[in-house]
Amino acid sequence: MLKIRNLDAGYGKLRVLKNISLHVKPGEIVAMIGANGAGKTTLLHTIVGLIRPMRGEVRFLGQATGSTAVERIVASGCALVPEGRQVFAPMSVEENLLLGGFILQKEQGRAEVLKELERQYELFPILRERRQQLAGTLSGGEQQMLAMGRALMSRPKLVMMDEPSTGLAPLIVRDIFEIICRLRAQGNTVLLIEQNAKAALGIADRGYVLEVGKVILQGPAADLLANADVQRAYLGREKIA
Amino acid sequence: MAREDLEQLQLERLQSTLYRVGTHVPFYKKKFDQLKFNYDDIRSLDDLRRLPFTEKQDLRDNYPYGLFAVPLRDIVRVHSSSGTSGQATVVGYTRNDIKTWSNLVARVITAAGVTKNDVIQIAFGYGLFTGGFGLHYGAELIGTSVIPISAGNTKRQIQIMQDFKTTALVCTPSYSLILADTMMEMGINPNGLSLRFGLFGGEPWSEAMRQEIHQKLGILATDNYGLSEVMGPGVSGECQHCNGLHINEDHFLLEVLDPVTLEPVPEGEIGELVITTLTKEAFPIVRYRTRDLTRFIPEPCPCGRTMKRMQRVMGRSDDMLIIKGVNVFPVQIEKVLFEVEGTEPHYQIVVERENHADKITVLVEVMESIFFDQMKKQREVVERIKSRLASEVGVGVEVKLVEEKTLERSEGKAKRVIDKRKL
Repeated sequence: MLKIRNLDAGYGKLRVLKNISLHVKPGEIVAMIGANGAGKTTLLHTIVGLIRPMRGEVRFLGQATGSTAVERIVASGCALVPEGRQVFAPMSVEENLLLGGFILQKEQGRAEVLKELERQYELFPILRERRQQLAGTLSGGEQQMLAMGRALMSRPKLVMMDEPSTGLAPLIVRDIFEIICRLRAQGNTVLLIEQNAKAALGIADRGYVLEVGKVILQGPAADLLANADVQRAYLGREKIA
Repeated sequence: MAREDLEQLQLERLQSTLYRVGTHVPFYKKKFDQLKFNYDDIRSLDDLRRLPFTEKQDLRDNYPYGLFAVPLRDIVRVHSSSGTSGQATVVGYTRNDIKTWSNLVARVITAAGVTKNDVIQIAFGYGLFTGGFGLHYGAELIGTSVIPISAGNTKRQIQIMQDFKTTALVCTPSYSLILADTMMEMGINPNGLSLRFGLFGGEPWSEAMRQEIHQKLGILATDNYGLSEVMGPGVSGECQHCNGLHINEDHFLLEVLDPVTLEPVPEGEIGELVITTLTKEAFPIVRYRTRDLTRFIPEPCPCGRTMKRMQRVMGRSDDMLIIKGVNVFPVQIEKVLFEVEGTEPHYQIVVERENHADKITVLVEVMESIFFDQMKKQREVVERIKSRLASEVGVGVEVKLVEEKTLERSEGKAKRVIDKRKL
C-alpha cells in the first residue's frame, strides 16, 4: 500500500526526517508514535505531497509520488485527517462532508456521494443529528468525527490521521479509537500518528517510534508496548533512573 | 511474503537496529565513530557490507555485559555460550526477546513436522546453554507436550522415551546415534518406540549421518541451526523435505563470505556465515562472524516456504585444515567415510608434520566382525577409503582402522580434529 525508503524531508535547509523507511500493508493500522518535534506531521505532509522529499522515495500503491501533485495523490486514494480537525467552521456538518466527497462526485457522480454520506452518518450517528448545525459549533470530539468523516467521503485506500486524540477528553478519545478499529474491520487501512502512545499502540497492528527524525524502533504494536524504552519514554511506566 | 516486501522489512529493521546499537552500545559507537559511519548511509541491505564485523573475541573482551543494548533491569534472562573453545561469553534477553525466540523456534519445530499432538523429549542441556530452553519455549508455544529431560543419562533417556511414548527427539545428531547404540545394547528395538521425528542441531553433521539415523531410529531427521551469540536455536531449520534450512530472514540478515577475503562468495558457493540480528532488543549483534561454513541454496523449496535456505553447516572455518596448501574441511572426510560401507560414524582426524610435510591420518572405527576376522577385507576397506578421500579432498590421506569404541565419545560436541602440528 505505502512504502517509504530512506526518506529525508524538511523545510528549507532544515532536515527534519532522516533516512526514514516504513511500510503500511492493506488492512492494517500502523501507529507512528513520537514526541513533539519528532517529525510525525512532516512525514504525513511528505506522504500526501505537501512537502517534497529531499532524498529517498515514497511509493503509494506502487507509484513513486515524489513529483506528483497533491490533488493527484489524494485522488489516487490517500486521505489526510489533519491535526486540529481543520473543519470548515462557518459551513454546516453536511456541507463539510459533501466537500470531502468532491473527488468521488467528479469520478462517480452524485448518487455515489449520497450513498457515501449515508455511510458516514451510520458510522457517526451524532453527525446525522447535527447535520444542519455549523461545524464551528460542534464539540472537539464531534469535530474530530467530522474531520474523519470528511476524509472517508473520498473512499480513500489509505487514511492518515494526525493526532486525532489531541485536546479530547479520555472518554472521547476512547470513542475515536473505537471508530478507528471499526474502520479497519471494514477493510480500511490506517496510518495513525499519535503522541498518545498507549492508546495508539493499543489498537494498532504495528508501530514505529520516531525520535528526532529517525525511526528508532519498529515492530508489532504489542512488542513496542512491552518495550522498556517505549515504556520509559512514552508510557510513563517507570521513572528514568 | 514477496521478496520485495521482505527486503523493505529487513531494511527498516536494520536501520533501527543500527541506530540502537550505535547509540546504546559503547563498543559499536566507538567502531562506528572510527569509521565515520553515519546511519543515513545505510540505504540498502548491501550497505551492510560497509560495517565492521563482530568477532567472538569482542564478546569475550566485553564480558559479561558490555555488549548489552539495554540496562540490566530490562533483562529477564542471561545465557552463556558453552565455551568449547576458550572463555565463555554472555548474552541477555528482554521479555520481548524471549517472545521472539519462542516464535522463531516454533516455526522451526513446525517446519520439521512436529505439532501440538506430539510428545517432545528435549535432550539438549538446559541451564546456561541456549539449546534446551530455546526448543522448550518453541515447543510449548505450539502446544507440544514437552519432556524437559536435559542432556545425559542415556539409559534413562531411553527408559523415558519408551514409557512416555516420545514422538519427537531433540538432541545433537551424534547423541542420537549414541542413543541408538545404547538401545541395541539394551536389546530395545527402536521400531517399537513411538519416535517419529528427530530435530538435531548443535554440531555439524552430514547427509550420510542422516541416513544412518533414519535407518537406526526410523525417524525423520531434520537439522536446525542457531548459536547463542545470535539468539540460540531458531535462526534456521529444515522442513520435512530435508533439503536445507529455511532461514528466519525477517529476524536475521545472513551473509556468506569468503573466510579469507571477507567478500561475499558467488550465490550458492561455500563460505563463512555472518549474521546480523534485526529484532533483538537486549543483545543485537552486527555482522557476527560465526565461523560456520555453509552456502545459500537459491532455488525455491517444494514446501512453498519463501524464506531462503542455507545448507546444513558443513564445518567450522577455523576447523578448515590447510594441508599442503589445500583447504580441507573435516566434513568432506566424514562424507566419504559414510559412503564406504562397513564404517561407523566415529572417526578422528590427526594432522601431524613430519619432515616439514603435512601428514593427515584418519582414524576410523570399524565393526567387530571386519576387524577381527578378515584381514584382507580390512585392507580393502582402507584402500577404498583412501582412494575416495584422495579424490574428494585432493591430498593424500592415511587411513587407520581402530577397534570399535576406542575413540572418545562425547555427549555434546564431538572432537573430530587433532592438530599436532607446531606452526
